[in-house]
Amino acid sequence: MSKHEIRSPLPGTFYRSSAPDVPPFKTDGDAVSSSDAIGLIEVMKTFQEIQAGVAGGGIRFLVDNEEPVMAGQVIAEVDQ
Amino acid sequence: MTIRSVLVANRGEIAVRIIRAAKALGIRTVQVYSAADADMLAVKLADEAIEIGPPAPKKSYLDIAAVISVAKRANVDAVHPGYGFLSENGDFADAVVAAGLIFIGPSGDAIRLLGDKVAARAVAEKAGVPTVPGSDGRISSLAGALEVTERTGFPVMIKAAAGGGGRGIRIVNTAAELETQFPQASAEALASFGDGGLYLEKVITRARHVEVQILGDGNNVVHCFERECSLQRRRQKVWEEAPSFLLPPEVRQKLCDSAVALARSVGYRGAGTVEYLYDDETRQFYFIEVNTRIQVEHPVTEMITGIDLVEEMFRIAAGASLSVRQADIAVKGHAIECRINAEDPARGFMPAPGRIERLEVPEGKGIRFDTMLYEGYVIPPFYDSLLGKLIVWGEDRAACLVRLSQALAQLKIEGVPTTIPLHRALAADRQIATGAFHTRFLETWLETEFAADGGRAAEVA
Repeated sequence: MSKHEIRSPLPGTFYRSSAPDVPPFKTDGDAVSSSDAIGLIEVMKTFQEIQAGVAGGGIRFLVDNEEPVMAGQVIAEVDQ
Repeated sequence: MTIRSVLVANRGEIAVRIIRAAKALGIRTVQVYSAADADMLAVKLADEAIEIGPPAPKKSYLDIAAVISVAKRANVDAVHPGYGFLSENGDFADAVVAAGLIFIGPSGDAIRLLGDKVAARAVAEKAGVPTVPGSDGRISSLAGALEVTERTGFPVMIKAAAGGGGRGIRIVNTAAELETQFPQASAEALASFGDGGLYLEKVITRARHVEVQILGDGNNVVHCFERECSLQRRRQKVWEEAPSFLLPPEVRQKLCDSAVALARSVGYRGAGTVEYLYDDETRQFYFIEVNTRIQVEHPVTEMITGIDLVEEMFRIAAGASLSVRQADIAVKGHAIECRINAEDPARGFMPAPGRIERLEVPEGKGIRFDTMLYEGYVIPPFYDSLLGKLIVWGEDRAACLVRLSQALAQLKIEGVPTTIPLHRALAADRQIATGAFHTRFLETWLETEFAADGGRAAEVA
Protein backbone atom coordinates (compact mmCIF):
# COMPACT_ATOMS: atom_id res chain seq x y z
CA MET A 1 0.00 0.00 0.00
CA SER A 2 1.33 3.42 -0.93
CA LYS A 3 0.33 6.93 -0.05
CA HIS A 4 -0.91 9.35 -2.68
CA GLU A 5 -0.69 13.07 -1.99
CA ILE A 6 -3.47 15.40 -3.17
CA ARG A 7 -1.98 18.84 -3.81
CA SER A 8 -3.63 22.23 -4.25
CA PRO A 9 -3.19 23.43 -7.84
CA LEU A 10 -3.63 27.05 -6.73
CA PRO A 11 -2.85 29.34 -3.82
CA GLY A 12 -5.90 30.38 -1.82
CA THR A 13 -8.16 29.40 1.04
CA PHE A 14 -9.17 25.75 1.49
CA TYR A 15 -12.74 24.77 2.38
CA ARG A 16 -13.79 21.25 3.34
CA SER A 17 -17.48 21.75 2.54
CA SER A 18 -19.48 23.49 -0.20
CA ALA A 19 -21.12 25.91 2.27
CA PRO A 20 -20.67 26.82 5.93
CA ASP A 21 -23.75 24.90 7.12
CA VAL A 22 -23.35 21.64 5.19
CA PRO A 23 -21.26 18.56 6.11
CA PRO A 24 -17.71 18.28 4.68
CA PHE A 25 -17.23 16.58 1.30
CA LYS A 26 -15.12 13.89 3.01
CA THR A 27 -14.08 13.07 6.55
CA ASP A 28 -10.84 11.40 7.65
CA GLY A 29 -10.91 7.69 6.88
CA ASP A 30 -13.36 7.92 3.97
CA ALA A 31 -12.74 6.11 0.71
CA VAL A 32 -12.60 8.32 -2.41
CA SER A 33 -13.00 7.83 -6.13
CA SER A 34 -11.03 9.87 -8.65
CA SER A 35 -13.83 12.31 -9.49
CA ASP A 36 -14.95 12.88 -5.88
CA ALA A 37 -14.81 16.47 -4.68
CA ILE A 38 -12.69 16.72 -1.53
CA GLY A 39 -12.79 20.49 -1.07
CA LEU A 40 -12.89 23.97 -2.58
CA ILE A 41 -10.11 26.48 -3.07
CA GLU A 42 -11.13 30.13 -2.96
CA VAL A 43 -8.88 32.23 -5.17
CA MET A 44 -9.64 35.95 -5.39
CA LYS A 45 -13.30 35.46 -4.49
CA THR A 46 -13.88 32.63 -7.00
CA PHE A 47 -14.23 28.99 -6.00
CA GLN A 48 -12.54 26.00 -7.66
CA GLU A 49 -13.51 22.44 -6.81
CA ILE A 50 -10.66 20.11 -5.85
CA GLN A 51 -11.13 16.49 -6.88
CA ALA A 52 -9.32 13.52 -5.36
CA GLY A 53 -7.74 12.67 -8.73
CA VAL A 54 -7.16 9.07 -7.58
CA ALA A 55 -9.26 6.28 -6.14
CA GLY A 56 -8.23 5.04 -2.72
CA GLY A 57 -9.11 4.56 0.92
CA GLY A 58 -8.51 6.24 4.23
CA ILE A 59 -8.24 9.89 3.19
CA ARG A 60 -6.43 12.06 5.74
CA PHE A 61 -6.67 15.84 5.60
CA LEU A 62 -3.50 17.80 6.36
CA VAL A 63 -5.12 21.24 6.03
CA ASP A 64 -7.98 22.50 8.20
CA ASN A 65 -11.15 24.12 6.93
CA GLU A 66 -10.67 27.81 5.97
CA GLU A 67 -6.86 27.54 6.16
CA PRO A 68 -4.68 29.38 3.63
CA VAL A 69 -2.79 27.06 1.25
CA MET A 70 0.02 27.58 -1.24
CA ALA A 71 0.10 26.22 -4.79
CA GLY A 72 1.52 22.68 -4.64
CA GLN A 73 0.86 22.27 -0.92
CA VAL A 74 -0.36 18.79 0.10
CA ILE A 75 -3.99 19.04 1.19
CA ALA A 76 -4.67 15.38 1.92
CA GLU A 77 -3.25 11.87 1.60
CA VAL A 78 -4.98 8.75 0.30
CA ASP A 79 -3.95 5.10 0.70
CA GLN A 80 -3.66 3.22 -2.58
CA MET B 1 -13.08 69.08 14.93
CA THR B 2 -9.76 68.56 13.28
CA ILE B 3 -8.50 65.38 11.68
CA ARG B 4 -4.75 65.17 12.24
CA SER B 5 -4.45 61.41 11.77
CA VAL B 6 -6.44 58.66 10.09
CA LEU B 7 -6.62 54.88 10.22
CA VAL B 8 -7.00 53.42 6.73
CA ALA B 9 -9.29 50.42 7.32
CA ASN B 10 -8.91 48.89 3.88
CA ARG B 11 -6.27 47.51 1.49
CA GLY B 12 -5.24 47.50 -2.17
CA GLU B 13 -5.51 50.46 -4.49
CA ILE B 14 -8.14 52.35 -2.47
CA ALA B 15 -5.88 52.35 0.61
CA VAL B 16 -3.16 53.93 -1.56
CA ARG B 17 -5.70 56.47 -2.84
CA ILE B 18 -6.81 57.42 0.70
CA ILE B 19 -3.20 57.81 1.86
CA ARG B 20 -2.51 60.11 -1.11
CA ALA B 21 -5.48 62.34 -0.18
CA ALA B 22 -4.52 62.35 3.51
CA LYS B 23 -0.94 63.34 2.72
CA ALA B 24 -2.19 66.21 0.53
CA LEU B 25 -4.13 67.47 3.55
CA GLY B 26 -1.19 67.00 5.95
CA ILE B 27 -2.91 64.16 7.82
CA ARG B 28 -0.82 61.39 9.44
CA THR B 29 -1.73 57.94 8.07
CA VAL B 30 -1.91 54.61 9.88
CA GLN B 31 -2.50 51.60 7.65
CA VAL B 32 -3.99 48.30 8.85
CA TYR B 33 -2.91 45.08 7.17
CA SER B 34 -3.52 41.35 7.39
CA ALA B 35 -0.72 38.81 7.71
CA ALA B 36 -0.92 38.31 3.92
CA ASP B 37 -0.55 42.03 3.18
CA ALA B 38 2.67 43.03 5.00
CA ASP B 39 4.30 43.89 1.66
CA MET B 40 1.44 45.88 0.15
CA LEU B 41 2.07 49.34 -1.29
CA ALA B 42 -0.18 51.14 1.22
CA VAL B 43 1.90 49.72 4.10
CA LYS B 44 5.04 51.18 2.50
CA LEU B 45 3.43 54.59 1.90
CA ALA B 46 1.70 55.06 5.27
CA ASP B 47 3.42 56.79 8.18
CA GLU B 48 2.70 53.74 10.33
CA ALA B 49 1.29 50.26 9.71
CA ILE B 50 -0.29 47.80 12.14
CA GLU B 51 -1.14 44.13 11.57
CA ILE B 52 -4.74 43.30 12.46
CA GLY B 53 -5.04 39.55 11.92
CA PRO B 54 -4.75 36.51 9.64
CA PRO B 55 -5.32 36.60 5.84
CA ALA B 56 -9.05 35.67 5.91
CA PRO B 57 -11.02 38.97 5.60
CA LYS B 58 -13.44 38.04 8.38
CA LYS B 59 -10.51 37.63 10.77
CA SER B 60 -8.86 40.90 9.70
CA TYR B 61 -10.42 43.62 7.51
CA LEU B 62 -13.99 42.58 8.48
CA ASP B 63 -13.26 42.19 12.20
CA ILE B 64 -14.85 45.29 13.77
CA ALA B 65 -13.34 44.69 17.21
CA ALA B 66 -9.84 44.24 15.77
CA VAL B 67 -10.05 47.42 13.68
CA ILE B 68 -11.41 49.50 16.58
CA SER B 69 -8.74 48.19 18.95
CA VAL B 70 -5.98 49.10 16.46
CA ALA B 71 -7.52 52.56 15.91
CA LYS B 72 -7.40 53.23 19.66
CA ARG B 73 -3.86 51.87 19.96
CA ALA B 74 -2.70 54.04 17.05
CA ASN B 75 -4.32 57.06 18.71
CA VAL B 76 -5.86 58.32 15.44
CA ASP B 77 -8.59 60.96 15.12
CA ALA B 78 -10.55 59.26 12.32
CA VAL B 79 -11.15 56.06 10.38
CA HIS B 80 -11.58 55.86 6.59
CA PRO B 81 -13.33 52.64 5.52
CA GLY B 82 -12.69 52.83 1.73
CA TYR B 83 -15.07 50.64 -0.30
CA GLY B 84 -16.14 47.03 0.33
CA PHE B 85 -15.18 45.41 3.67
CA LEU B 86 -16.76 47.47 6.52
CA SER B 87 -17.52 50.60 4.47
CA GLU B 88 -21.29 50.05 4.44
CA ASN B 89 -21.61 48.47 7.86
CA GLY B 90 -23.68 50.79 10.07
CA ASP B 91 -22.56 48.97 13.21
CA PHE B 92 -18.93 49.64 12.32
CA ALA B 93 -19.66 53.36 11.84
CA ASP B 94 -21.37 53.38 15.26
CA ALA B 95 -18.45 51.53 16.87
CA VAL B 96 -15.96 54.08 15.48
CA VAL B 97 -18.03 56.94 16.93
CA ALA B 98 -18.53 55.10 20.23
CA ALA B 99 -14.73 54.82 20.48
CA GLY B 100 -14.58 58.63 20.35
CA LEU B 101 -13.32 58.74 16.75
CA ILE B 102 -14.61 60.27 13.52
CA PHE B 103 -16.04 57.90 10.92
CA ILE B 104 -15.31 59.22 7.43
CA GLY B 105 -18.73 58.55 5.95
CA PRO B 106 -22.39 58.95 6.87
CA SER B 107 -23.88 58.04 10.27
CA GLY B 108 -24.61 54.42 11.13
CA ASP B 109 -28.33 55.21 10.91
CA ALA B 110 -27.99 56.65 7.39
CA ILE B 111 -25.94 53.63 6.27
CA ARG B 112 -28.56 51.23 7.64
CA LEU B 113 -31.48 53.18 6.16
CA LEU B 114 -30.00 53.51 2.66
CA GLY B 115 -28.33 50.09 2.77
CA ASP B 116 -31.67 48.34 3.22
CA LYS B 117 -32.89 48.14 -0.38
CA VAL B 118 -36.56 48.22 0.55
CA ALA B 119 -36.20 51.17 2.94
CA ALA B 120 -34.04 53.03 0.39
CA ARG B 121 -36.69 52.52 -2.26
CA ALA B 122 -39.28 54.03 0.08
CA VAL B 123 -36.97 57.01 0.71
CA ALA B 124 -36.58 57.48 -3.05
CA GLU B 125 -40.33 57.35 -3.68
CA LYS B 126 -40.95 59.86 -0.90
CA ALA B 127 -38.35 62.21 -2.44
CA GLY B 128 -40.13 61.94 -5.80
CA VAL B 129 -37.48 59.77 -7.44
CA PRO B 130 -38.89 57.25 -9.96
CA THR B 131 -38.36 53.61 -8.93
CA VAL B 132 -38.46 50.40 -10.98
CA PRO B 133 -42.01 48.94 -11.04
CA GLY B 134 -42.14 46.15 -8.46
CA SER B 135 -43.33 45.10 -5.05
CA ASP B 136 -44.37 47.71 -2.53
CA GLY B 137 -41.69 46.84 0.00
CA ARG B 138 -40.85 43.35 1.20
CA ILE B 139 -42.96 40.43 0.12
CA SER B 140 -43.28 37.60 2.58
CA SER B 141 -45.17 35.03 0.51
CA LEU B 142 -45.13 33.43 -2.90
CA ALA B 143 -48.79 34.39 -3.35
CA GLY B 144 -47.86 38.03 -2.76
CA ALA B 145 -45.03 37.72 -5.28
CA LEU B 146 -47.33 36.24 -7.92
CA GLU B 147 -49.79 39.09 -7.36
CA VAL B 148 -47.03 41.65 -8.02
CA THR B 149 -46.17 40.01 -11.35
CA GLU B 150 -49.78 40.43 -12.51
CA ARG B 151 -49.01 44.15 -12.47
CA THR B 152 -45.38 44.17 -13.69
CA GLY B 153 -45.32 41.20 -16.07
CA PHE B 154 -42.20 39.06 -16.63
CA PRO B 155 -39.24 38.91 -16.50
CA VAL B 156 -38.83 40.05 -12.91
CA MET B 157 -35.86 40.07 -10.54
CA ILE B 158 -36.09 38.53 -7.10
CA LYS B 159 -33.77 40.61 -4.95
CA ALA B 160 -32.53 40.19 -1.40
CA ALA B 161 -33.46 43.20 0.74
CA ALA B 162 -30.05 43.01 2.42
CA GLY B 163 -28.14 42.31 -0.81
CA GLY B 164 -26.08 44.67 -2.95
CA GLY B 165 -23.13 44.85 -5.29
CA GLY B 166 -24.97 42.58 -7.71
CA ARG B 167 -25.31 39.77 -5.15
CA GLY B 168 -28.56 38.09 -4.13
CA ILE B 169 -30.36 38.61 -7.45
CA ARG B 170 -32.31 36.04 -9.52
CA ILE B 171 -34.17 36.65 -12.77
CA VAL B 172 -37.34 34.64 -13.45
CA ASN B 173 -39.26 34.55 -16.74
CA THR B 174 -42.45 32.68 -15.82
CA ALA B 175 -44.80 32.13 -12.88
CA ALA B 176 -43.57 28.53 -12.69
CA GLU B 177 -39.96 29.71 -12.33
CA LEU B 178 -41.03 32.18 -9.67
CA GLU B 179 -42.69 29.36 -7.72
CA THR B 180 -39.48 27.30 -7.58
CA GLN B 181 -37.01 30.16 -7.18
CA PHE B 182 -38.79 32.27 -4.56
CA PRO B 183 -38.27 29.89 -1.60
CA GLN B 184 -34.67 29.17 -2.71
CA ALA B 185 -33.90 32.89 -2.94
CA SER B 186 -35.28 33.45 0.55
CA ALA B 187 -33.17 30.64 2.03
CA GLU B 188 -30.08 31.90 0.18
CA ALA B 189 -30.63 35.50 1.34
CA LEU B 190 -30.96 34.29 4.93
CA ALA B 191 -27.72 32.29 4.64
CA SER B 192 -25.76 35.02 2.82
CA PHE B 193 -26.97 38.18 4.51
CA GLY B 194 -28.64 36.95 7.72
CA ASP B 195 -31.92 38.39 6.43
CA GLY B 196 -34.30 36.36 4.25
CA GLY B 197 -36.30 39.43 3.16
CA LEU B 198 -37.05 39.65 -0.56
CA TYR B 199 -38.59 42.12 -2.99
CA LEU B 200 -39.45 42.04 -6.67
CA GLU B 201 -38.46 44.39 -9.49
CA LYS B 202 -39.39 44.35 -13.15
CA VAL B 203 -36.41 43.70 -15.44
CA ILE B 204 -35.75 46.74 -17.59
CA THR B 205 -34.25 45.19 -20.71
CA ARG B 206 -31.60 47.11 -22.66
CA ALA B 207 -31.08 49.59 -19.85
CA ARG B 208 -27.98 51.61 -19.12
CA HIS B 209 -26.47 51.78 -15.65
CA VAL B 210 -26.12 55.46 -14.84
CA GLU B 211 -25.18 56.78 -11.40
CA VAL B 212 -24.93 60.23 -9.84
CA GLN B 213 -22.09 61.27 -7.52
CA ILE B 214 -23.29 63.34 -4.59
CA LEU B 215 -21.59 65.20 -1.76
CA GLY B 216 -23.46 66.33 1.34
CA ASP B 217 -22.35 68.13 4.51
CA GLY B 218 -25.55 67.55 6.48
CA ASN B 219 -27.09 70.82 5.31
CA ASN B 220 -26.22 71.22 1.67
CA VAL B 221 -26.07 68.59 -1.03
CA VAL B 222 -24.46 68.96 -4.46
CA HIS B 223 -24.08 66.53 -7.35
CA CYS B 224 -20.90 66.05 -9.39
CA PHE B 225 -22.83 64.82 -12.42
CA GLU B 226 -23.18 61.24 -13.56
CA ARG B 227 -21.15 58.21 -14.53
CA GLU B 228 -22.03 55.61 -17.14
CA CYS B 229 -21.21 52.07 -15.93
CA SER B 230 -23.13 49.82 -18.35
CA LEU B 231 -20.17 47.64 -19.34
CA GLN B 232 -20.45 44.85 -16.79
CA ARG B 233 -19.58 41.17 -16.56
CA ARG B 234 -21.51 39.08 -14.04
CA ARG B 235 -22.89 42.35 -12.64
CA GLN B 236 -19.40 43.63 -11.92
CA LYS B 237 -18.39 46.87 -13.58
CA VAL B 238 -15.50 46.56 -16.02
CA TRP B 239 -15.26 49.99 -17.71
CA GLU B 240 -16.79 53.28 -16.54
CA GLU B 241 -17.19 56.71 -18.10
CA ALA B 242 -18.16 60.24 -17.16
CA PRO B 243 -20.33 61.83 -18.27
CA SER B 244 -22.95 59.48 -19.79
CA PHE B 245 -22.46 61.20 -23.12
CA LEU B 246 -25.67 60.14 -24.91
CA LEU B 247 -27.92 61.38 -22.10
CA PRO B 248 -30.14 64.26 -23.32
CA PRO B 249 -29.31 67.44 -21.31
CA GLU B 250 -32.84 67.75 -19.87
CA VAL B 251 -32.73 64.13 -18.67
CA ARG B 252 -29.29 64.72 -17.12
CA GLN B 253 -30.67 67.70 -15.23
CA LYS B 254 -33.65 65.74 -13.88
CA LEU B 255 -31.51 62.74 -13.01
CA CYS B 256 -28.93 64.75 -11.06
CA ASP B 257 -31.63 66.84 -9.36
CA SER B 258 -33.41 63.67 -8.22
CA ALA B 259 -30.21 62.34 -6.60
CA VAL B 260 -29.78 65.63 -4.75
CA ALA B 261 -33.43 65.57 -3.62
CA LEU B 262 -33.02 62.03 -2.27
CA ALA B 263 -29.81 62.86 -0.40
CA ARG B 264 -31.24 66.11 0.96
CA SER B 265 -34.35 64.31 2.25
CA VAL B 266 -32.15 62.30 4.67
CA GLY B 267 -29.67 65.10 5.50
CA TYR B 268 -26.88 63.13 3.84
CA ARG B 269 -23.34 63.69 5.07
CA GLY B 270 -20.36 62.46 3.04
CA ALA B 271 -19.75 61.19 -0.47
CA GLY B 272 -22.36 58.89 -1.94
CA THR B 273 -23.67 57.50 -5.19
CA VAL B 274 -27.27 57.14 -6.32
CA GLU B 275 -27.57 54.38 -8.92
CA TYR B 276 -30.18 54.27 -11.67
CA LEU B 277 -31.24 52.26 -14.69
CA TYR B 278 -31.84 54.41 -17.76
CA ASP B 279 -33.98 53.31 -20.70
CA ASP B 280 -32.76 55.01 -23.91
CA GLU B 281 -36.02 54.36 -25.74
CA THR B 282 -38.47 55.77 -23.21
CA ARG B 283 -35.96 58.25 -21.71
CA GLN B 284 -37.07 57.09 -18.28
CA PHE B 285 -34.70 56.59 -15.37
CA TYR B 286 -35.38 54.40 -12.36
CA PHE B 287 -33.70 54.44 -8.93
CA ILE B 288 -31.89 51.21 -7.99
CA GLU B 289 -29.84 51.86 -4.84
CA VAL B 290 -27.61 54.22 -2.89
CA ASN B 291 -23.99 53.46 -2.07
CA THR B 292 -22.96 55.28 1.09
CA ARG B 293 -19.21 55.28 0.43
CA ILE B 294 -16.55 56.18 -2.12
CA GLN B 295 -16.91 54.09 -5.30
CA VAL B 296 -14.20 52.24 -7.22
CA GLU B 297 -14.97 54.40 -10.28
CA HIS B 298 -14.84 57.78 -8.50
CA PRO B 299 -11.77 58.97 -10.49
CA VAL B 300 -13.73 59.53 -13.72
CA THR B 301 -15.83 62.10 -11.86
CA GLU B 302 -12.69 63.73 -10.46
CA MET B 303 -11.21 63.95 -13.98
CA ILE B 304 -14.21 65.82 -15.46
CA THR B 305 -15.03 68.08 -12.49
CA GLY B 306 -11.59 68.72 -10.96
CA ILE B 307 -12.98 67.90 -7.50
CA ASP B 308 -10.93 65.58 -5.26
CA LEU B 309 -13.73 63.47 -3.77
CA VAL B 310 -11.58 61.74 -1.14
CA GLU B 311 -10.15 65.03 0.13
CA GLU B 312 -13.72 66.35 0.24
CA MET B 313 -14.74 63.33 2.38
CA PHE B 314 -12.03 64.23 4.90
CA ARG B 315 -13.19 67.87 5.05
CA ILE B 316 -16.86 66.95 5.50
CA ALA B 317 -16.00 64.41 8.23
CA ALA B 318 -14.03 67.12 10.05
CA GLY B 319 -17.21 69.20 10.20
CA ALA B 320 -16.51 71.63 7.36
CA SER B 321 -19.18 72.82 4.94
CA LEU B 322 -18.92 71.75 1.32
CA SER B 323 -16.03 73.55 -0.38
CA VAL B 324 -17.98 73.82 -3.63
CA ARG B 325 -21.37 75.22 -4.60
CA GLN B 326 -23.47 73.58 -7.29
CA ALA B 327 -22.96 76.58 -9.60
CA ASP B 328 -19.18 76.02 -9.41
CA ILE B 329 -19.34 72.41 -10.60
CA ALA B 330 -19.15 71.92 -14.35
CA VAL B 331 -18.30 69.05 -16.68
CA LYS B 332 -15.12 69.52 -18.67
CA GLY B 333 -14.30 66.91 -21.30
CA HIS B 334 -14.74 63.14 -20.98
CA ALA B 335 -13.09 60.43 -18.85
CA ILE B 336 -12.95 56.63 -19.07
CA GLU B 337 -11.73 54.16 -16.45
CA CYS B 338 -10.59 50.60 -17.21
CA ARG B 339 -10.46 48.17 -14.31
CA ILE B 340 -7.26 46.16 -14.60
CA ASN B 341 -7.82 42.82 -12.87
CA ALA B 342 -5.51 39.83 -12.33
CA GLU B 343 -7.76 37.65 -14.49
CA ASP B 344 -7.11 35.86 -17.76
CA PRO B 345 -9.67 37.01 -20.36
CA ALA B 346 -8.57 34.19 -22.69
CA ARG B 347 -9.42 31.58 -20.03
CA GLY B 348 -12.87 32.59 -18.85
CA PHE B 349 -11.51 35.38 -16.62
CA MET B 350 -9.83 32.88 -14.31
CA PRO B 351 -8.22 34.86 -11.48
CA ALA B 352 -4.45 34.53 -11.18
CA PRO B 353 -2.49 35.70 -8.17
CA GLY B 354 1.29 35.84 -8.53
CA ARG B 355 4.44 37.99 -8.70
CA ILE B 356 4.66 41.21 -10.73
CA GLU B 357 7.86 40.81 -12.77
CA ARG B 358 7.61 44.05 -14.73
CA LEU B 359 5.46 47.17 -14.50
CA GLU B 360 5.45 50.05 -16.97
CA VAL B 361 2.92 52.79 -16.36
CA PRO B 362 1.88 55.31 -19.03
CA GLU B 363 2.30 58.95 -18.09
CA GLY B 364 1.25 62.25 -19.59
CA LYS B 365 -1.54 64.76 -19.82
CA GLY B 366 -4.94 63.31 -18.94
CA ILE B 367 -3.57 59.92 -17.83
CA ARG B 368 -3.86 58.55 -14.30
CA PHE B 369 -3.14 55.05 -12.97
CA ASP B 370 -4.46 54.27 -9.48
CA THR B 371 -2.79 51.05 -8.41
CA MET B 372 -1.55 48.77 -5.64
CA LEU B 373 1.28 47.38 -7.78
CA TYR B 374 5.05 47.68 -7.83
CA GLU B 375 7.69 45.46 -9.45
CA GLY B 376 8.37 42.40 -7.32
CA TYR B 377 5.04 42.59 -5.48
CA VAL B 378 3.36 39.22 -4.90
CA ILE B 379 -0.43 39.50 -5.24
CA PRO B 380 -2.07 37.43 -2.50
CA PRO B 381 -4.96 35.08 -3.41
CA PHE B 382 -7.22 36.06 -0.50
CA TYR B 383 -8.83 39.24 -1.82
CA ASP B 384 -10.40 40.55 -5.02
CA SER B 385 -8.51 40.67 -8.31
CA LEU B 386 -8.47 44.45 -8.86
CA LEU B 387 -4.86 45.53 -9.49
CA GLY B 388 -5.44 49.07 -10.62
CA LYS B 389 -7.50 51.47 -12.66
CA LEU B 390 -6.32 53.24 -15.78
CA ILE B 391 -8.18 56.54 -16.04
CA VAL B 392 -7.86 58.70 -19.14
CA TRP B 393 -9.27 62.15 -19.87
CA GLY B 394 -9.83 63.87 -23.22
CA GLU B 395 -11.41 67.11 -24.53
CA ASP B 396 -14.30 64.98 -25.81
CA ARG B 397 -15.12 61.27 -25.90
CA ALA B 398 -13.45 60.63 -29.27
CA ALA B 399 -10.20 62.25 -28.07
CA CYS B 400 -10.49 60.30 -24.81
CA LEU B 401 -10.76 56.97 -26.70
CA VAL B 402 -7.68 57.79 -28.82
CA ARG B 403 -5.65 58.66 -25.72
CA LEU B 404 -6.98 55.55 -23.95
CA SER B 405 -5.75 53.27 -26.75
CA GLN B 406 -2.31 54.89 -26.57
CA ALA B 407 -2.19 54.59 -22.78
CA LEU B 408 -3.31 50.93 -22.89
CA ALA B 409 -0.54 50.19 -25.42
CA GLN B 410 1.99 51.67 -22.99
CA LEU B 411 0.67 49.92 -19.89
CA LYS B 412 2.75 46.78 -19.31
CA ILE B 413 2.14 44.35 -16.47
CA GLU B 414 4.12 41.11 -16.60
CA GLY B 415 4.03 38.14 -14.26
CA VAL B 416 0.29 37.55 -14.09
CA PRO B 417 -2.40 37.60 -16.80
CA THR B 418 -4.50 40.78 -16.73
CA THR B 419 -7.60 42.22 -18.35
CA ILE B 420 -5.50 44.70 -20.40
CA PRO B 421 -6.18 42.76 -23.68
CA LEU B 422 -9.94 43.04 -23.04
CA HIS B 423 -9.67 46.81 -22.62
CA ARG B 424 -7.52 47.18 -25.75
CA ALA B 425 -10.21 45.36 -27.72
CA LEU B 426 -13.00 47.46 -26.19
CA ALA B 427 -11.14 50.72 -26.87
CA ALA B 428 -10.84 49.72 -30.55
CA ASP B 429 -14.45 48.51 -30.93
CA ARG B 430 -16.85 50.40 -33.22
CA GLN B 431 -19.93 49.82 -31.05
CA ILE B 432 -18.08 51.15 -28.03
CA ALA B 433 -17.08 54.20 -30.09
CA THR B 434 -20.72 54.97 -30.87
CA GLY B 435 -21.76 54.35 -27.28
CA ALA B 436 -24.44 51.89 -28.36
CA PHE B 437 -24.30 49.63 -25.33
CA HIS B 438 -26.37 48.59 -22.33
CA THR B 439 -25.92 46.44 -19.22
CA ARG B 440 -26.16 43.15 -21.14
CA PHE B 441 -23.90 44.26 -24.00
CA LEU B 442 -20.53 43.12 -22.68
CA GLU B 443 -21.38 39.47 -21.95
CA THR B 444 -22.73 39.00 -25.49
CA TRP B 445 -19.80 40.91 -26.98
CA LEU B 446 -17.35 38.71 -25.07
CA GLU B 447 -18.88 35.60 -26.70
CA THR B 448 -19.33 36.92 -30.24
CA GLU B 449 -16.53 39.47 -30.75
CA PHE B 450 -13.85 38.78 -28.17
CA ALA B 451 -13.87 34.98 -27.74
CA ALA B 452 -13.51 34.58 -31.51
CA ASP B 453 -9.89 35.68 -31.33
CA GLY B 454 -9.24 35.92 -27.58
CA GLY B 455 -8.49 39.62 -28.00
CA ARG B 456 -5.55 38.89 -30.29
CA ALA B 457 -6.67 41.36 -32.97
CA ALA B 458 -6.30 44.18 -30.48
CA GLU B 459 -2.94 42.81 -29.27
CA VAL B 460 -1.50 42.93 -32.78
CA ALA B 461 -2.95 46.35 -33.56
